[in-house]
Amino acid sequence: MNTTKTVKPRKNPVVMFIHKMGSPPWFYKFTGKFIPWFWLIFGVLTVWGLYLGLVKAPADYLQGESFRIMYLHVPAAWMSMLIYSMMAVMGFIALVWRIRIVEILAMASAPIGAAFTIVTLTAGSLWGRPTWGTYWVWDARLTSELVLLFLYLGVIGLYNSIDEPRKAARAACLLALVGAVNLPIIHYSVKWWNTLHQGSSISLTGGSSIDASMLWPLLIMAIATKFYYAANLLTRTRVSLLEQDIRKSWVREVLKEKS
Amino acid sequence: MKAEPVSGSLSRAFFALLRRDLLLAFRRRTELLFPVIFLLVVVSLFPLGIGPGPQLLARIAPGVIWIAALLATVISLDGLFRSDFEDGTMEQFVISGHPLTLISLAKIVAHWLVAGLPIVLLSPLLALWMNLPTESLGVMMLTLVLGTPILSLIGSIGVGLTISLKRGGQLLSLLVFPLYVPILIIATAAVMASSDALPYTQFLGLLLAGLITSLTLAPFAAAAALKISLS
Repeated sequence: MNTTKTVKPRKNPVVMFIHKMGSPPWFYKFTGKFIPWFWLIFGVLTVWGLYLGLVKAPADYLQGESFRIMYLHVPAAWMSMLIYSMMAVMGFIALVWRIRIVEILAMASAPIGAAFTIVTLTAGSLWGRPTWGTYWVWDARLTSELVLLFLYLGVIGLYNSIDEPRKAARAACLLALVGAVNLPIIHYSVKWWNTLHQGSSISLTGGSSIDASMLWPLLIMAIATKFYYAANLLTRTRVSLLEQDIRKSWVREVLKEKS
Repeated sequence: MKAEPVSGSLSRAFFALLRRDLLLAFRRRTELLFPVIFLLVVVSLFPLGIGPGPQLLARIAPGVIWIAALLATVISLDGLFRSDFEDGTMEQFVISGHPLTLISLAKIVAHWLVAGLPIVLLSPLLALWMNLPTESLGVMMLTLVLGTPILSLIGSIGVGLTISLKRGGQLLSLLVFPLYVPILIIATAAVMASSDALPYTQFLGLLLAGLITSLTLAPFAAAAALKISLS
């Protein structure tokens, strides 16, 4: 009955799409259309979220105005962890299926994640000064965030030390995977170390429920940072592709179109 | 183009390699002593920097001895694959047909016997210097027995990744120290608990679990890292 179909197996459109995305020229063209939109959405959401958070939301009854640092600190902290897991998942895909685009995507994630981690640590310590009375506390979350930063720096350092880009990416992807296996262990051991050595330390959230007028800006900022990641990641990946394929004909065509 | 293993079982290959590595290490006895001397020097710097107050020293003793052990391990790690990598022996291992995982494991075991075991054996002296209570010495040695193999195992992954670099040693410390954090925390917690006369067996259990997990997983990761470095 279906002989024509079995003779000519048509590929699933999703599979076709993934195959196409693995080709650098296609990836370059396809993502180029989205990046401006991602930047635009990020800009609009950030302005809106920060307006709601910094101007509209009422001051906290306990922490006063300083709680507003949360609108930068918390989304950045979420992103720092999300990007590491993204990097590890992409690293796994890159190592198993050896897809070059995914290798570059994983490696382009590392500096963005490290930047978010630094933002988290800086904003956290600036918030800690009025709240805890000191810039740095060996709090469990601060400490594991610091270790996360070291893990990011290790991946970036390894990637930049090896000259050949594909070998460098695969080595750094493996390191990211090893780090991802260790990250939960590090997180829980630090958490538990903190309770063991200091007794009950200051809780970051205090357990109080958050009002909707304070929650909405936070969620908007969380979505905005996702778009920032997407836009930044794709931009970095496109630049890396151009750099690595500089001698290939598709890059010459792209550069000709641009000039 | 992999040749069939020439002769013998996996265990014979393992022990042959282990014996070779130990023999090579003992032919270069002075180099063997460097990490040990380093360990002694680092620990002796702490009383000089902090002051000889016996109570303070006893308080920080577990942390100091363990951090010195981490540093000494990282110093010695670079030699784990370096000479075999540079003279091409590693390529011969790869084409020998024996699994690279087994070869890595043999080299890691040899590394621990050469660099980890001396730390364990020296720890009574270090504990004496740091005024650690004698009741805690046994726990200290137990944590080192269980913990230093984990350091060699996790470190082997980092060495495998950095071996093709000329100045891999500096990068290596950045790669492995964050991964050592849990071991440092659990091991020092065990010693501190025992000096406070609190139960500590759960910490030793955690260290044992870490040893078994890393013994199972790390050789595979190290072999994968070596393959990337050799490509």
